[in-house]
Amino acid sequence: MPMATNTKRNLVTAALVAPAAAWLMIFLVLPFIAMLVFAFGERAPEGGYQAAFTFAQFARLPTRAAAFWNTMVLAPVGALVCLLVAYPVAYYLAVKSDPRYRLILVSLVVVPFWTSLLVRTYAWMYILGSRGIPNLLSMIGLEDVRLLNTPGAVLLGIVYGYLPLMIMPIYVSLEKLDRRLLEASADLGARPVSTFFGVTLPLSLPGVMTGVALVTILLLGEYLIPQLLGGGKVFFIGNALVDLFLQSRNWPFGSAIAVTLVAVVVVILMVAMRIAFRVAGTRQVDLV
Amino acid sequence: MTKWYRENAPITADKLADELMRLKRGSVSRRHFLGVTGLGLATAVLARQPGLFSSTAFAQDLGTQMSIATWPNYHDPATFEAFQAATGVAVEVNVFGSNEEMLAKLQAGGTGWDLFVPTNYTISTYVKLGLIDELDLSKLPNYDAATETARFTNEGVVDGKTYAVPKNWGTTGIALNSSKIKTPVTSWKDFFEVAMTEADGRAMVHDYQLTTIGNALVSLGYSFNSTKPEELAKAEELLIKVKPHLYAINSDYQPSMRATDAWMTMCWTNDGAQLNRDMPEIQFVLGKDGGEIWSDFYAIPKSAANKAAGYALLNYLMKPENAVKEHIANGAPTTDSRVLKLLPADVTGNKIVYPDEASLTPLEFGAAVTLTDPGRAELMARFKSA
Repeated sequence: MPMATNTKRNLVTAALVAPAAAWLMIFLVLPFIAMLVFAFGERAPEGGYQAAFTFAQFARLPTRAAAFWNTMVLAPVGALVCLLVAYPVAYYLAVKSDPRYRLILVSLVVVPFWTSLLVRTYAWMYILGSRGIPNLLSMIGLEDVRLLNTPGAVLLGIVYGYLPLMIMPIYVSLEKLDRRLLEASADLGARPVSTFFGVTLPLSLPGVMTGVALVTILLLGEYLIPQLLGGGKVFFIGNALVDLFLQSRNWPFGSAIAVTLVAVVVVILMVAMRIAFRVAGTRQVDLV
Repeated sequence: MTKWYRENAPITADKLADELMRLKRGSVSRRHFLGVTGLGLATAVLARQPGLFSSTAFAQDLGTQMSIATWPNYHDPATFEAFQAATGVAVEVNVFGSNEEMLAKLQAGGTGWDLFVPTNYTISTYVKLGLIDELDLSKLPNYDAATETARFTNEGVVDGKTYAVPKNWGTTGIALNSSKIKTPVTSWKDFFEVAMTEADGRAMVHDYQLTTIGNALVSLGYSFNSTKPEELAKAEELLIKVKPHLYAINSDYQPSMRATDAWMTMCWTNDGAQLNRDMPEIQFVLGKDGGEIWSDFYAIPKSAANKAAGYALLNYLMKPENAVKEHIANGAPTTDSRVLKLLPADVTGNKIVYPDEASLTPLEFGAAVTLTDPGRAELMARFKSA
């Protein structure tokens, strides 16, 4: 009786999906609709929202061009630097490390998550502040070096904060890599370097793409690190949003920026996933 | 306990040991010892000595938890500990960088604050928006309007009703580290010039439209409270020119000044007094071209969940014996003549805390219009995101 089995299967699926769907509906879809409505409204005289239908908020988006630009540059650059630091670590963990200690080593990557990012970022404020590294530098004659509240400090904080999120997906894709392919490559006369670029790297690309997309998307909404390590001067779109809601109380303009940001994130995600699947798909076909 | 806590404690460990030795030697009375160390209060509190607190506020159930929204480095933490010891109510402290931020949170709702510390120019807007209640003065027997200085307290009264009672007054001046900056800075004009030259990369402005825009306006010869578009445009031009030279845009500047990451900042009286007390090389000057004079108030949000505890803490803070400890710890001048009498001479004689009347003349109180003016709000947001 295929009908009955199908109905049953559908019911099970519905039951499994329902909690998550309800959650997303209440906390994602409905707020997003509210935001969309707000984006076409006006700022009330004392701040907040007042009903209207206008495109004025979207017309003002260029006044936040600098914040968009900072975000669009620092997010991918941050993700790229993360990638360059993370790949060797993930490679070591998945391929070179002793399997007996692998679990411990992998857990060590996750250990920083046991402490709040806020606290860890505060620690960087002290390390980069005058009593930290600049103090040591002054001992060797380099006076008044300033590290804190610079774009470099923000980049450092970003790479530090998001590194585990880059290492993990790459590690997973490298770990399930079929070792026989590497042996085959060696048997056929490839040097280790060409094996890496011809076999290992392409096969780990889905992990790389996942990591890059994950970190980039999270960075697009980043607020804390630029605020603490950039001194409120290195401004991300997340900071512009906080300002619009919590200082100038311009909810409609804030909503318009948020809607735009969501649109940008969706586009980036789609492009990244398409590339990842294409690369992964073709390589698998080639190898089989 | 953090270093910050110790810096603001009413008495240091060394001083306590000193006083203890003096007591043992018999050179001071037990009464003096208990008074100066704060142990007298603590003992009294623990013993629930009758008469220390007025009983009216404690007649009802206060719960175990309340929340206050206030400014950075603004209270003596020991005050809240003593309050908890006396009432069983733990005080959660939320720190803000601007009145706009407080207003935004209250407008959005669900703050959970039972007491907060708005500045003079915001009270009328809170009343207009129905965000604060008229205070029930019968629950504040320790408050006495007759002993308050009218020029600092009149904005707490709207249409003859008292909505807020004063905490303290103060000014917004310039704090600078004289071991790093040699150019004399006596005005806001100097401030912005030095910020781009000798203090390049080392000056801070508040993350606060009123003072950051206001002082930029003053440096250009305009009113601190201007909302004229052409004057605001000039101020924006100046701020955007200065921005690349700034160390940070942040209202919590004490940590950066103490670490000498920052050498100069816009600074409130109380922070200036605290910084100068611990690091004498940090000076506090008022702009001779103008700037802000202000008073802060206590008010109870309409949405407060635990109003009973809000009133209890407010009444506790209004008692001169408690208020005087707050003033010694935070270094802001008092509006209450009863407290002034209790303050030691080294506080009342401190020119940072109680400056000459003449230096206050060019200063302006913030105007209510600046709080809600969309031009100033958007200017600040553009300046930060530039």
